Amino acid sequence: MSLQIEDPRIVEFDVQTDEMLVNMGPQHPSTHGVLRLLLRTDGEIVHECTPHIGYLHRCAEKIGENLSPPQYIPYTDRMDYLAAMNMNLGFALAVEKLIGMEVPEKAVHLRVLIAEIGRIASHLVGMGTYGLDLGTFSPFLYAFREREIILDLFEEVCGARLTYSYITIGGATHDLPDEIEMPDGLASLIGKHKGERLPFLDVIEIFLQWLELRIREYHTLLTKNMIFISRTAGLGILSPEMAVSYGCTGPVLRGSGVNFDLRRDGEAIYTRMYKGYDFEVPVAPFKEAPREVIVGDNWCRFYVRMMEVVQAIRLVRQAIPKYKAATGSYREPFKMNTKLPKDEVYLETEAPRGQMGFYVVGNGEGNPLRLRAKSSCFCNVSVTDQICQGVPLADIPAIVGSLDIVMGEIDR
Amino acid sequence: MDIQGIHSILLERFGESVVGSQTFKAIDPWIQVSAASIVEVCTFLRDDSRLLFNHLNDLCGVDYFEPDAKKAAKFGHEPHVEVVYHLSSLKQRHQLKLKVVVPRWKDNVEGQLPVVPSLSAVFGIANWHEREAYDLMGIHFEGHPNLRRILCPEDWIGHPMRKDYAFPLEYHGVRGR
Repeated sequence: MSLQIEDPRIVEFDVQTDEMLVNMGPQHPSTHGVLRLLLRTDGEIVHECTPHIGYLHRCAEKIGENLSPPQYIPYTDRMDYLAAMNMNLGFALAVEKLIGMEVPEKAVHLRVLIAEIGRIASHLVGMGTYGLDLGTFSPFLYAFREREIILDLFEEVCGARLTYSYITIGGATHDLPDEIEMPDGLASLIGKHKGERLPFLDVIEIFLQWLELRIREYHTLLTKNMIFISRTAGLGILSPEMAVSYGCTGPVLRGSGVNFDLRRDGEAIYTRMYKGYDFEVPVAPFKEAPREVIVGDNWCRFYVRMMEVVQAIRLVRQAIPKYKAATGSYREPFKMNTKLPKDEVYLETEAPRGQMGFYVVGNGEGNPLRLRAKSSCFCNVSVTDQICQGVPLADIPAIVGSLDIVMGEIDR
Repeated sequence: MDIQGIHSILLERFGESVVGSQTFKAIDPWIQVSAASIVEVCTFLRDDSRLLFNHLNDLCGVDYFEPDAKKAAKFGHEPHVEVVYHLSSLKQRHQLKLKVVVPRWKDNVEGQLPVVPSLSAVFGIANWHEREAYDLMGIHFEGHPNLRRILCPEDWIGHPMRKDYAFPLEYHGVRGR
């Protein structure tokens, strides 16, 4: 009697005794949340890396079918909780596109200002935790010190520190505050007295001036650090063709040398916001890159984020006078009993981690028939298997960390 | 290129049996494509030098169904499931929405998932998007290399984004309601 084997690969796996399945996550500190990677390793070398997601799944899309758009705004906060302002903005713009709402000029500049500060905060976390992944603790502390001040400022704006629900359909829930007490963290850093009251926009300018000088320190700590370069340069190379095919967006796409940014190349309703603003889109290759760097590697993805912080500072600086000069209200009222028309829209916006898309199908009722949130990190993490083949086990956190994923957004 | 231009190119290449109705008046105009030829159409859209749709932004399913019998008369859609493809071109800077319409259940037998060919050979990301659409919407993508649940647990029953989905009362000893 001959033995029947259903799957011959199982036997092959059994015979090669040195191959091992290693389960990394979901509670591994360097997987940025609850990502589980199943690694098939041969000694130190990883042959296959299968991401398993869904540990944070809340079916936010189903919830969206039972809520009206303004009620859904807080759920968008909980998607990418490190850049909640940008998530609010993406959803608000999608609904505005559906109902054909025009946003007042003041609200537009307010949104640019807030969204770009949110981008700075998000990239600071990306930078700090990437250092943590690679084993250096100090950049994380510096990054969180700076982010803390941004959270203080956002707290003055809307009262919340993480899940803001500030940018809403038609504009924002409140206008920016006129005068605030200088945040304690900022006051002690620049050597001012605590409790001084200053105009809000002046405090932002003080903060930006201070942050700008710190960026050089980050470059010394990480970007130009020899250990950092040898851990990141030439590793996890993502070719531009693969990046496009796998739907990678944001810094991951631009790190691979594809010049595409929705703030410049997106749909009219989104690019109109950034009309009149002068900014550059950082794209690999970089002149100042070390010799070892190859386009599309970890270092390029990291450096794109660092350069985007510089551009975001520029954008905030330009937004301040525009906001001051703008006329109109901070918000176009959205009636709670608005019926969504029988139409459907899809709109992508440039969130810090990539292109976040919202697809809203209306059916003549207050609640949408279908609400789809296309996550940028979902696409970015799907490429892990392709770029993690044949690398040592110790480089897996370096590669996954460079994609800068947030599990709340992937699992939704 | 605008939607009319893309539509006439597709019509010229594939004929009316493949390229179905379209709506140019909608905010985001779309073109309907027959399920059997979606792979062929997308490969053409990706490779044609005038179009170059190299980026699949999104792929999702929409369930047109009203479970409440009282509201069903006002609903205004025949019950069906749509697979919506959002394509864009990073080079030509244009975008396109394709739709594939399939019945809610294959052969109208409840529980038999409708079948749509898989795009995973054309776009790398289609692999995960189709797994998600299978998991949440219950669409079987034929030719998919690894059609497993992606967000829900492997032993989950049903497809949560279907309009007539019944929430489970219990899952491994955890009470649902």
